[in-house]
Amino acid sequence: MNNPTSYERTPVVLEINNLTKKFPVDGGKFLTACDNITLRAFEGRTLGIIGESGCGKSTLVRCLLGIQSTTSGEAIFNGKDILKAKGEEKRQNRKLIQMVFQDPNAAFNPKMLVKDILTEPLKNFGMIKNSEVDAKAAELLEMVELPASFKDRYPHSMSGGQRQRLGIARALALEPKIIVCDEATSALDVSVQEKVCELLCKLQKEKNITYLFIAHDLGLVDLMCHQVAVLYLGNVVEWMETGRIGEHCKHPYTKSLMKAVFKVAADEHYKIEPLEGEIPSPLDLPPGCPFASRCEHCTEHCLQNKPVLREIEHGHWVACHLFD
Amino acid sequence: MLLEIKDLDISYGDKLTVTGANVELDKGEILSIVGESGSGKTTIIRAAMGCLPGAGHVSKGSITFEGRDMLKNTKEDWRKLSGTEMSMIFQDSGNMINPIRRIGVQFIDYIQAHDSSKSKDQAYKMATAMLTNVRLPNPDNIMNSYPFELSGGMRQRVGIAMAMVFQPKILMADEPTSALDVTTQAQIIRQIIDVRDQFGVAVIIVTHNLGVASYMSDKIMVMKGGRVEESGSRYEVLSNPQTDYTKSLLAAVPVIGGKCYYE
Repeated sequence: MNNPTSYERTPVVLEINNLTKKFPVDGGKFLTACDNITLRAFEGRTLGIIGESGCGKSTLVRCLLGIQSTTSGEAIFNGKDILKAKGEEKRQNRKLIQMVFQDPNAAFNPKMLVKDILTEPLKNFGMIKNSEVDAKAAELLEMVELPASFKDRYPHSMSGGQRQRLGIARALALEPKIIVCDEATSALDVSVQEKVCELLCKLQKEKNITYLFIAHDLGLVDLMCHQVAVLYLGNVVEWMETGRIGEHCKHPYTKSLMKAVFKVAADEHYKIEPLEGEIPSPLDLPPGCPFASRCEHCTEHCLQNKPVLREIEHGHWVACHLFD
Repeated sequence: MLLEIKDLDISYGDKLTVTGANVELDKGEILSIVGESGSGKTTIIRAAMGCLPGAGHVSKGSITFEGRDMLKNTKEDWRKLSGTEMSMIFQDSGNMINPIRRIGVQFIDYIQAHDSSKSKDQAYKMATAMLTNVRLPNPDNIMNSYPFELSGGMRQRVGIAMAMVFQPKILMADEPTSALDVTTQAQIIRQIIDVRDQFGVAVIIVTHNLGVASYMSDKIMVMKGGRVEESGSRYEVLSNPQTDYTKSLLAAVPVIGGKCYYE
């Protein structure tokens, strides 16, 4: 595969193996949010995670961040399973993975000054003296291309784009290896989104950070991500180590997602063809392919047997019986 | 001309928020208003619906709907108009529905509030007919549900059904898809186009998704900082944008297969 940014040269930073998360619900049933997810994130690369609401994207990152317990599976980081960590070790692990939130208006304490927001993570780990706060805040602000004078402001006096930069600066404070961006740009306008994405990429090159980039906008994922995982009903249905979903996608679900993307074009007469219906309930998972109920290629075989992820091309895995 | 807005200035208190806005809308047309947050998109459609919040008021210009001067409307006039002649759907219809009452009870209330001549049975039939129309399977089940039992896309369809039940002449949609994912967004946009085709309703949609605007509109209006930067037919605005702002906005839309940010 002639990909200009070959993934093979960079080491794996995070290895997720068979991660499963089940929530118990009334009546002894289980809601399966993540079903046997296996993924890898590479150093200095962006892993895009896409899928409809309710497909388990957020549960996956919440498990990785240790906000939620995991039913089974492991996530290997630096040779250690971070899901098993407890107590002080778990707390120290938070330094390694940080998060940028979706809504920049809700992500900050409105009564805290920008400099206190930025240095709070450092204070939590005793990594900064009070006398250094101003200098460190100015340094972080500069990193995200905001004027250092913002350190004495409150978040409410900043625009949405500036606040999202502030969110990025806070995530950078502890110099993490991985930053999770959970729809970090979906609350922003396109012109602002473009600048924030350029900033993210610039920081990635400078600091060799890995991003887990969750997004709805397939266009954005196509341009931002080196690797892409497509989730459906808690399952990874397609996994591309080459990014560029537009060009490479093979799974019927990914293809139908592509058909629901709106283009900006003056004279092109295309028709959007969104999938009908909704994602099925994760309470009683069907025995066969999770996508069978909405798939146009569905056969009897698909209803009975669950497809497994298999490599159909170098660096491209698909879970679909069409490729058996 | 169904709706004509001329040289409209809108102020909150003494603060001018929107200046010199012009809108012309014919029967069955779809107008998209695009622009960054805080550019006054929502303020314009709120003025046209007569529901500017708090100290908001029209300080200059005119709004004419079917030859009537809307600025002379009394509260009672507005009450008669909204819901029946013009109606609105919101970003998340879940927020406009009472969370602790079933959809059906509220839908019937809504219909009877606007047309007291309808009996409960008639209202129920109107409601289920409209829910079927917006492709909600099993409308009786929906009528019997609480809002939290429905997904975002289904709630949005309930919002559209409520807004369309009296077959208004104008439907205003304030960011109707920004809370939804790609598939549901496409379903809802297709639904709005469907009701336009079916009922000939004119639509004003406020969105920051230029792809949506490009797909569904007859006319596009670009706003920035309370001013209309550019306005025209969909083709004019997209193929030959006149202002630098529109050009930069169009260039910033991520296109599948475009140049990667990381290269």
